[in-house]
Amino acid sequence: MVEFRYRTDEVTEQPSVTLDAFLDQSNATAVRLEPDDDARALIPFLDRLTLIEVAFPKYRDGRGYSSARILREAGYTGELRAQGDVLVDQIAFMRRCGFDSFAPEASLNPEAVARALSTYDQFYQKAADSAAPVWKLRHG
Amino acid sequence: MYKYDHFDQSIVDARVAEFRDQVNRRIAGEITEDQFKPLRLMNGLYLQLHAYMLRVAIPYGTLDSRQMRMLAHIARKYDRDYGHFTTRQNIQYNWIKLEECADLLEELATVEMHAIQTSGNCIRNISSDQYAGAAADEVADPRPWAELLRQWSTFHPEFSYLPRKFKIAVIASPEDRAAMRLHDIGLELVRQNGELGARVFVGGGMGRTPMIAPEINPFVKADDLLSYIEACLRVYNRYGRRDNIYKARIKILVHEIGADEYRRQVAEEFAHVKTLGIDPPLAELERISAFFAPPAFDAADVEPDRSDPDFAVWLDQNVKPHKQAGYAIVNISLKPIGGIPGDATSAQIDVMADLAEQYGFDELRVTHAQNIVLPHVAKRDLHAVWQALREADLAHANLDLISDIIACPGLDYCSLANARSIPVAQKIATRFADMDRQRDLGELKLKISGCINACGHHHAGHIGILGVDRKGVENYQLTFGGSGAEDVSIGKIIGPGFDEDGVVDAVEKATEVYKTLREGDERFIDTYRRVGLEPFKEAIYG
Repeated sequence: MVEFRYRTDEVTEQPSVTLDAFLDQSNATAVRLEPDDDARALIPFLDRLTLIEVAFPKYRDGRGYSSARILREAGYTGELRAQGDVLVDQIAFMRRCGFDSFAPEASLNPEAVARALSTYDQFYQKAADSAAPVWKLRHG
Repeated sequence: MYKYDHFDQSIVDARVAEFRDQVNRRIAGEITEDQFKPLRLMNGLYLQLHAYMLRVAIPYGTLDSRQMRMLAHIARKYDRDYGHFTTRQNIQYNWIKLEECADLLEELATVEMHAIQTSGNCIRNISSDQYAGAAADEVADPRPWAELLRQWSTFHPEFSYLPRKFKIAVIASPEDRAAMRLHDIGLELVRQNGELGARVFVGGGMGRTPMIAPEINPFVKADDLLSYIEACLRVYNRYGRRDNIYKARIKILVHEIGADEYRRQVAEEFAHVKTLGIDPPLAELERISAFFAPPAFDAADVEPDRSDPDFAVWLDQNVKPHKQAGYAIVNISLKPIGGIPGDATSAQIDVMADLAEQYGFDELRVTHAQNIVLPHVAKRDLHAVWQALREADLAHANLDLISDIIACPGLDYCSLANARSIPVAQKIATRFADMDRQRDLGELKLKISGCINACGHHHAGHIGILGVDRKGVENYQLTFGGSGAEDVSIGKIIGPGFDEDGVVDAVEKATEVYKTLREGDERFIDTYRRVGLEPFKEAIYG
C-alpha cells in the first residue's frame, strides 16, 4: 500500500505487471522491476508508463537505487515507487535517486519520515533530485 | 590541511543530530537491535566481544594537532585512556558506551571530524600515502583528489547499499606506500603531456580471496574523475554478486567477467554518466588544492649531530628524506617491543600533537602500517623531536623491521576473529627484541590477521600469519612472499599451521635461512623470490 506519495497527479489504478510480461504484451502502463531486472529495458517505453514500481525484497539490496536513477536520467517523469523492505532511514536516499512514492511493507511513522527527509539540507553530489550540490553552491 | 566551510560543517552536524535521534530511539526501545544495527554500522559503531567499538574516520590519514588532541581527549573521557590506530588510517575506540556515543560525535564535529561511513556496505574512508606533500617522488599531492572523493562519496544516495564495503586509495608516487592495488579502487596520479590524471585500478583486495587490482584505465582526466568512478560503482552496484557475502566484493565481479569486459561496461556507463553534469568544475579541485599548499619551508639544510648512537639509529631507521632541503619525514613507531601494535595512550597522542604543533607545521599522518608520521620536520629539530619522543616511549627505531608488525585486534576484541593476533605479535617482537639483530635482518614486513577477513593484511606480508580455528584450538598459518608495495604480490601458504609458540619458532627459522642465503643487500622478500620456498620449508618442517 502506498503510504507516502510526493506527487500531485492521480494514482494509477492499473496493477503493475512484471518486466517480462510488459515486454511481451506491452499495453500496460504500470510495470514492476525486481532487483535483477535491467531498468534500461524500459527506456524505449517510458513515455507511455505512468507507474514504475521498484521492488526492495531486502533493504540491503541496493540495486533499486541504480534502477531509479537510470530511469530518471532517461527522462522518465511518471510515478517511481519503492515497494517492499523500505525503512525510514533510507527514504532520503531514495528521494534523491528519484523515487516519489513509497509502499513499505511495514508501516512507517509519518513524523519519523518527515524528520528523515528534513535532516540534511546540503548534498555533496548531484543526483536525480533538484538539489544543487555543494560544489555548485560554492562555484555558481 | 583541508578546512571545512559551512557546507561541510552543516553536513557533519546534521549527521550528529540524526545519529543522536537513532541512538535515543534504540535506548527508548522504539527500535530493536536488529533495526538499529544497519544504522549504527553506517556510523562506525560495532558491537564487539566486550563492548561497543567506535571507528573514527581520519580522511586520507591526515590530521592537525587540534584534531589529534581531540582523539586523546576522547580516549580519556569516553574510553580507557587509549586508542587504536588502524590499517585504514583510522582510529578505533574499544570501550564506548552507547548512551555517550552522540556526545562523543558532537565533540568530534567541533574539530571537523566524524565517523561517517567507517563501516557498512558503502564507500569507506579514502586512504592515501602518508608521505603526501613530503615525498620527493610524488607527481602531485594526492590528497586534494582524495578530498574530492571524500565529498562525492559522503552520503552518496545510490551507493550506500552496495553488495559489500568499498575501499578507495589514492597515491601519486611510483613507490606505493598505501597498498593501492589491494583496494577496491586504486588511483595513481600520473602526468600525461603535463596534465594531471589518474591511472585507475579496480578489483583488488585481501580477505578470503586476495586479488591484485588490474588496470582498468591508464588515464582519467581530473574533470572526468567523478563520472568515471561513478560509472565504476554503478556497474558494481548493479552486477556485483549479492547471493554470497564472501563473493560480493568488486574483485569477484571483475575476476568473473574479466577486466576487459568490466572495462567495456564501465566505458559504456561512463559515456552516459558524463552527460549528466555530475563533475564539479576544475575550480573545485583548485579550491581544495589550495588547502594543501606546501607550508612555508625556511630551515637551512643542516645535517643533525649523530654523536648519540641511539639517535643515529633512529635517524637511519625512522627518518626519511623530504622533497624540501633542510627537512625530513619523521616516522613515529607505535610498535614498542611487547606492546599492542597501533595502540597509543592519551598522553602519547597529546605528545605527538604537541610535537606536530611545535616542530611540524601542525600536521600528522596515520599510516596503514599503524604508525604516525610527522611529515615536515626541520632537520635542525630532529634531535629535540627524538628526545621528546623518547620520553614518551615513542622513539622505537624499528620502522619496517620485523617488530614493526601490522596486527588486527584479533580475538582479544573482535567478534569475527578465530584466533588472537596481539599475543603473537608481542611474542615475535619480544623474540627479536635485540635491535642489532632486527637491523641486520633489514626490511621485513610481518603482518598478522586473526581471521580470514585479513584486516591485518597478512596476504601482503613478506611474512604473513593467519590465525584460524582448528577444532577449537588456535592455529597459525604462515605465508611468505606477499607485498603491498609497488612490487605488489600475494603471499603463499608454506605448509601446515603451527600453535602460537610454533609459529614464532618458524618465523625465527625463516630469518635464519634468509641470513644464510641472502646475496648483497637483498631483503628477505628478494631472497625468497630468488630461491623459492624449498629451503625455507626444509628448515621449518624438515
